[in-house]
Amino acid sequence: MECGMHLVFEKRESRSRLAAVLVPVASFFASLLLAAILLLITKAPPFFTYAAMFRGAFGTWANLSETLVKAIPLMLTGLGVSIAFRMEFWNIGAEGQLCLGGVAAAWVALFWAGGLPHWMVLPAALCIGALAGALWAGIPAALNAYLNVNETLTTLMLNYVAVLFSEHLYYGPWRDPKGYGFPGTAPLPETAWLLRLTGRLHLGIVFAFVLAGILWFGFSRSRWGFETSIIGKNRTVARFLGIDIPRTILFSLFLSGAISGLAGACEVTGISRRLQQGLSIGYGYTAIIVSWLAQLNPIAVLFVAVLIAALSVGGDQVQMSMGLPAAVGLLLQGLILLPMLAGALFTEYRFRLIHENALSKLRAAAGKEPSK
Amino acid sequence: MNSSQNRQSRPIVEMRGITKHFPGVLANDHVDFTLYEGEVLALLGENGAGKSTLMNILAGLYRQDSGEIHIDTKPVSIQSPRDASVLGIGMVHQNFMLVSTMTVAENIVLGTRSLSFVPDMECIRTRIRALSKRYGLQVDPGAYIWQLSVGEQQRVEILKLLYRDVRILILDEPTAVLTPQESEELNKVITQMIGEGKSAVFITHKMEEVMTFSNRVQVLRKGKPVTVKKTSATNPQELARLMVGREVLFRLDKGPSQLGHVVLDIQGVHTIDDRGYPALRGIDLQIRSGEILGIAGVAGNGQRQLAEAITGLRHVEQGRVLINGKDLTNRAPLEIIRAGVSHIPADRISMGIVGNMSVAHNLAMKGYRKPPLFQVGVLRPRRILNFALRLISLFQISTPRPQTEVKFLSGGNIQKTILAREIDACRGLLIAGYPSRGLDVGATEAVRKRLLEQREAGNAILLISEDLEELYTISDRIAVLYEGRIMGIIPSHRTTTHMLGLMMAGVEYGSLPEELKTNTTS
Repeated sequence: MECGMHLVFEKRESRSRLAAVLVPVASFFASLLLAAILLLITKAPPFFTYAAMFRGAFGTWANLSETLVKAIPLMLTGLGVSIAFRMEFWNIGAEGQLCLGGVAAAWVALFWAGGLPHWMVLPAALCIGALAGALWAGIPAALNAYLNVNETLTTLMLNYVAVLFSEHLYYGPWRDPKGYGFPGTAPLPETAWLLRLTGRLHLGIVFAFVLAGILWFGFSRSRWGFETSIIGKNRTVARFLGIDIPRTILFSLFLSGAISGLAGACEVTGISRRLQQGLSIGYGYTAIIVSWLAQLNPIAVLFVAVLIAALSVGGDQVQMSMGLPAAVGLLLQGLILLPMLAGALFTEYRFRLIHENALSKLRAAAGKEPSK
Repeated sequence: MNSSQNRQSRPIVEMRGITKHFPGVLANDHVDFTLYEGEVLALLGENGAGKSTLMNILAGLYRQDSGEIHIDTKPVSIQSPRDASVLGIGMVHQNFMLVSTMTVAENIVLGTRSLSFVPDMECIRTRIRALSKRYGLQVDPGAYIWQLSVGEQQRVEILKLLYRDVRILILDEPTAVLTPQESEELNKVITQMIGEGKSAVFITHKMEEVMTFSNRVQVLRKGKPVTVKKTSATNPQELARLMVGREVLFRLDKGPSQLGHVVLDIQGVHTIDDRGYPALRGIDLQIRSGEILGIAGVAGNGQRQLAEAITGLRHVEQGRVLINGKDLTNRAPLEIIRAGVSHIPADRISMGIVGNMSVAHNLAMKGYRKPPLFQVGVLRPRRILNFALRLISLFQISTPRPQTEVKFLSGGNIQKTILAREIDACRGLLIAGYPSRGLDVGATEAVRKRLLEQREAGNAILLISEDLEELYTISDRIAVLYEGRIMGIIPSHRTTTHMLGLMMAGVEYGSLPEELKTNTTS
């Protein structure tokens, strides 16, 4: 028998849980290394830059709270798109759903606040905001479920419609006449203000945590979660098993859109307290990266959202403190995805050293019954 | 099948000491393999014996852990299917490697090295037609793959290899998807290729095929080479024993049927196929509880549409489907499942199983809607696991763990997984589409026993099969389907192969010669 060892690259029997955790972490550090090269080219010391970014994002309570403020819409939209992605329904319309959620919340607060009991204004604004997001996601969902229209295109296109519609409102009919020509609506009445916990950190973070918990449970323990997973992995089998695919898609996308809509409603009632420019700044698109990095795990979405927000806040900080372009944060954001996707290979494959004697052991096990 | 076995020919492929290891399995253990020019070698073995693995190594899909390969007595390193193709090696896989949304011609030229940037499709089609004609492989180069029957898809796969001038042809269980007639045709194609000096390896677990197709036979058992023999110097019984390692029973005991009420009642059902052509043209049949009705016929004569029409997966244009007396025509699949209908789909990889989900979850895909797997509004992971463990041991599914993703299992074990799920969920009617297709002797025996058990338990079974042996042994009555019509329904003890053959070719029972109808076999 020959001696020696073999290095084999082989498929794992099942996805490794350890790898599922290690890969994103290792990818993050790999992306830091990659970005370090780019930083060196711009003559910025990478370590100090990273340290400054970290301090900028988490160094003080104020900074931390700012980071969390940025993370909230990412958490919510990240959760929203995760639901759709689970079914391999490519909802890239979170931006539009968020935007309309904000518009609807502002509409309730601006035009209905007087006719409602005080305590009802905020809940109504949030609910109508979520509903608007749900209906907006429902359009591509219905088109896909019943007419097989490609959802990637419809969700993307509807983003432009929603964003331009909101601009039309605060530049046009809803513009505050006392706003000195500044594009934006009048401030929302105080009854519609979302509670702030500290600084600008608002109650939206609680919504995100609660929803993440509910979704985590729903994904792993409900029939709906099981069915969405089957639909995502094989629609033919889902149909064969009697799963009502159109209904499941519609329901899931209502939910997906509602959560993104809630994100928008929270931004309007919690941060800007009026409808104005700055509502649509790409949260809905970044959400795609968030949910992907989190591997559609709702709990992981929370952490990844904070990380991405920290990169953005930290990037702004190094711009001020070190005179570096704020794009450093964006750069890192983009660079994270690359090693992450490459690293995903290791959740399914592994390198392994096999000794000859291990082989013969296997051989002995395999030959137990039939050998003579 | 031809005289080349006597010719002193040179070895074209030599594999020495091939060892290949997968997680937890030693698929090939120092296997030596020789293929001579101009011969058909049958590679025989049970599911998981390592036949496909060995040939996948030769075809460049896997790389061996150790061992060497010589082609034309020169050592070679085959790193990819492209390397194999350069060496003139091509393989028709068990699960076809075709792009279903592309045409036959496009599939055939896909990946050929000589393909120009803007291919001249007309020229390609002409060449394909010439090849079709030369080898008798009838297929329309302009048709889309999804429109073709499995048998036709296999022809495309073979044409793909012929188009590439392959001289070493590997066929992985090619007849598993074919009718007797199509097998016959395949035999002719192979004979012609051998006559032109090509060589072929024929992976199979059916002894009869070894006898009809091959010059030599190599038997593998649990990854190890058992023996190599001249086909003329052996017989099916000996091969079965070598393959399984013990004597195999070929007969099953079937008790008399205990007929109950009518479970399935199909009245004048018409459907169309995916292309919009009529697939079923007025089907009438009834199955009672405790009865197995076999459907015989050449694949593509409406079998799939029949199963789909009953299970609500295909629209019934005309006629009615009653289950336990209740009209369930064109109802949602879920409603039909709830009425107690189980379905083992013919197309198991694309319809029956989610490869990226675990064995346990796949087994739970029918039972997850109700207790005990689902209770007080939530799924019960522990119970799902126990449920899976029970089915795994009951149906002898060999999987490292219940959490293993199904795609890692062998074809036979995937089939067992579907079977386990559907039989367990069956409450009245079981539709079994080619349930033993691709299974080895031992597993086939087990499947047939399970079906008979279901019959004893009072379920009605619709058995669609192309294996006449299977239809004779376990069904009570046999219906022959031809171009969407039933040519006749006959008690299985009164059928003969000749009779079925005629009916499968479109002769109605009523028009059969009288002496055939009266001349019954034992």
